[in-house]
Amino acid sequence: MTAMTAQAATLDDVKARGELNCVVTTGVAGFAAPDENGRWEGFDVDFCRAVAAAVLGDAEKVKFIPTTGKTRFTVLNSGEGDILFRNTTETLSRDADLKLTFLPVNYYDGQGFLIRKELGVNSAKELDGASICIQTGTTTELNLADFFRVNNISYEPVAIETNEEGIANYSANRCDVYTTDASGLASTRAALEDPSAHIILPEIISKEPLAGAVRQGDEQWADIGKWVVNALIAAEEAGVTQANVAELAAAAGDNPDINRLLGTEGNMGEMLGLDAQWAVRAISAVGNYGESFNRHIGPDTPIGLERGLNAQWKDGGILYAAPIR
Amino acid sequence: MNEVAIAQPPQRNLVSRLWNDKETRSVIIQVIAFAAIFAFFFAMVRNAIINLEAIGKDLSLGFLWQPASYDISQSLIDYNSRDTHFRAMIVGILNTLLVAVCGIILSTIVGFLLGVFRLSKNFLINRLAYVYIEYVRNVPVLLHILLVHGLIVHSLPLPKNAVNVSDTAFLTNRGFFMPKPSMEPLFWGVIILFMLGIAFTFWFRKYAKQVQDATGKHYPVFWICLGAIVGVPLLAFLVLGMPLTWDIPELSGFNFKGGMVIRPEFIALWLALSLYTAAFIGEIVRAGITAVNWGQSEASYALGLSRSRTLSLVVIPQAMRIIVPPLTSQYLNITKNSSLAIAIGYMDIVATIGGISLNQTGREMECMTIVLLLYLTFSLLISAFMNWYNKRIKLVER
Repeated sequence: MTAMTAQAATLDDVKARGELNCVVTTGVAGFAAPDENGRWEGFDVDFCRAVAAAVLGDAEKVKFIPTTGKTRFTVLNSGEGDILFRNTTETLSRDADLKLTFLPVNYYDGQGFLIRKELGVNSAKELDGASICIQTGTTTELNLADFFRVNNISYEPVAIETNEEGIANYSANRCDVYTTDASGLASTRAALEDPSAHIILPEIISKEPLAGAVRQGDEQWADIGKWVVNALIAAEEAGVTQANVAELAAAAGDNPDINRLLGTEGNMGEMLGLDAQWAVRAISAVGNYGESFNRHIGPDTPIGLERGLNAQWKDGGILYAAPIR
Repeated sequence: MNEVAIAQPPQRNLVSRLWNDKETRSVIIQVIAFAAIFAFFFAMVRNAIINLEAIGKDLSLGFLWQPASYDISQSLIDYNSRDTHFRAMIVGILNTLLVAVCGIILSTIVGFLLGVFRLSKNFLINRLAYVYIEYVRNVPVLLHILLVHGLIVHSLPLPKNAVNVSDTAFLTNRGFFMPKPSMEPLFWGVIILFMLGIAFTFWFRKYAKQVQDATGKHYPVFWICLGAIVGVPLLAFLVLGMPLTWDIPELSGFNFKGGMVIRPEFIALWLALSLYTAAFIGEIVRAGITAVNWGQSEASYALGLSRSRTLSLVVIPQAMRIIVPPLTSQYLNITKNSSLAIAIGYMDIVATIGGISLNQTGREMECMTIVLLLYLTFSLLISAFMNWYNKRIKLVER
């Protein structure tokens, strides 16, 4: 029965339902986690809200579906979720074999190692014999096996299901090391009792381009996801912020890039099957890429991640949105 | 017109007559039920095929021969991340069987003790067993598993402060490290003696029965057999100069190296499953023993049989007939409940082929079908064995 929704226009389903089903993690602070009021907050969550704002006109009309590393693709492919923003690495096999379509990368990441300072380890190559907590069903699990095999060092993998379990096992000293994407480690470290007692080792052993995803086979829906992500990145590049977006969208200005983005020139929204104000709504809901980054995971937050690779291409990063035209 | 009017009533009668006939009615109901079941499964399979087609996936087991690419911490056979998904599945199957077999053994022992304690005339023992059973069987087994795992991981020390058992075994929150025996050639002698001991036992039991039937003379069969199976090989082991070398675990870096290790995940799952199921078995055993009429024991005593021989020859054989069928269900439960391993990361079938392999390859339909068939096979095998055993001890009816 879900086969129908897999093929048919997801856009129509979402509009008819009046709610976007967004697949997120079970909780990675800064990326997607419920706050003390039970409201989902975070960098990935903002992308869900931006899509809801663009499609439904209301950033609050999102149902968040928390998933583990193992259940995420099944939830998406079965039609239970419409779109996925869940620290998910884009890979060939997921794209081609798991039948996903990836959206533009929204966070360039790499796998790192979190360890207690008191153990005096300075490099991942000194981890011979260590017990390592690892989330099952992730690319990090495969990278880890490869890294230790190639470097000919041994380890004990301790398989865990969710980030919370990982934190619990690491805190209880069941494992010496917790490994996942460096961004996730920063988030985990911030959640530990004494973050300063733990360090993230310098080695980044993999490329982890984290991207949103939709089911394969619905081009229109994939385009919407893709261009909402691009719009938030382009908005930062063009200097459109949550504060000035309403003013800039009121009338066509002298910057044609901004005009096209905000629908005062051309018919970009119409081409996507949306209206002209799609990007305006997305940006006023969550701000541009940089604003969302700084609000949830930036240097001033407990997570404290630098922009690094995720800076705009003009600023030395590799964030490079395709032109909206 | 008249003819039609006359012809109609018998037609109505035909249906109601068929329906009112007990035999045909049961045939009709069976045909309908069979058709409904068939239609249900047909719809399920059809739905699965359509859905797989819709997302462009095919059904194929080819992925089983691809490298699994992930590591497994506790494995009974050699395994590394370059081995295939198939081998990872075998590792999972063996781990499931290991915890199921160990669980069945421990739960049976503890369960029988609990059952006997519950019948004890000693107030304290009786009440303790009662409290234990009522507490344990009224808390979900998943909580027991998490509790035991939490206790091991939180309360036992790190490897560098390990609880040291005379420098050979070490208890840590990473697992119990023990010396690993490796055989020298002379050890085969001990193994052969052990095998001979078992063969002797089979023969001796028959012989003792013949002697008893013929002369009434009673041999201490249990002690003689124990001596043959354990005593003689043990003596040979000592005489041959203990032909085993021990690989003793040593602390190096983060963890112990060498020796054998039992991981906390296995211990947690094994203990929790066994102790939980033991509570149920205890009640089954109590029911079985209570169901044997007191007159049976009295009659046995009147014949001059001792208390222990009354138990082993009169009470237990009859109790077993009541105990075995529900005991089978408990054995099946323990095997199936072992899939809760996923909660603590013990690498059983569900965690390997039904978990990581499934996720890394995206072959949900194939992997879940394999897992389902494996559990079905285990359960049917246990059932078949227990049914055979049940038949063997059944009351011989003439």
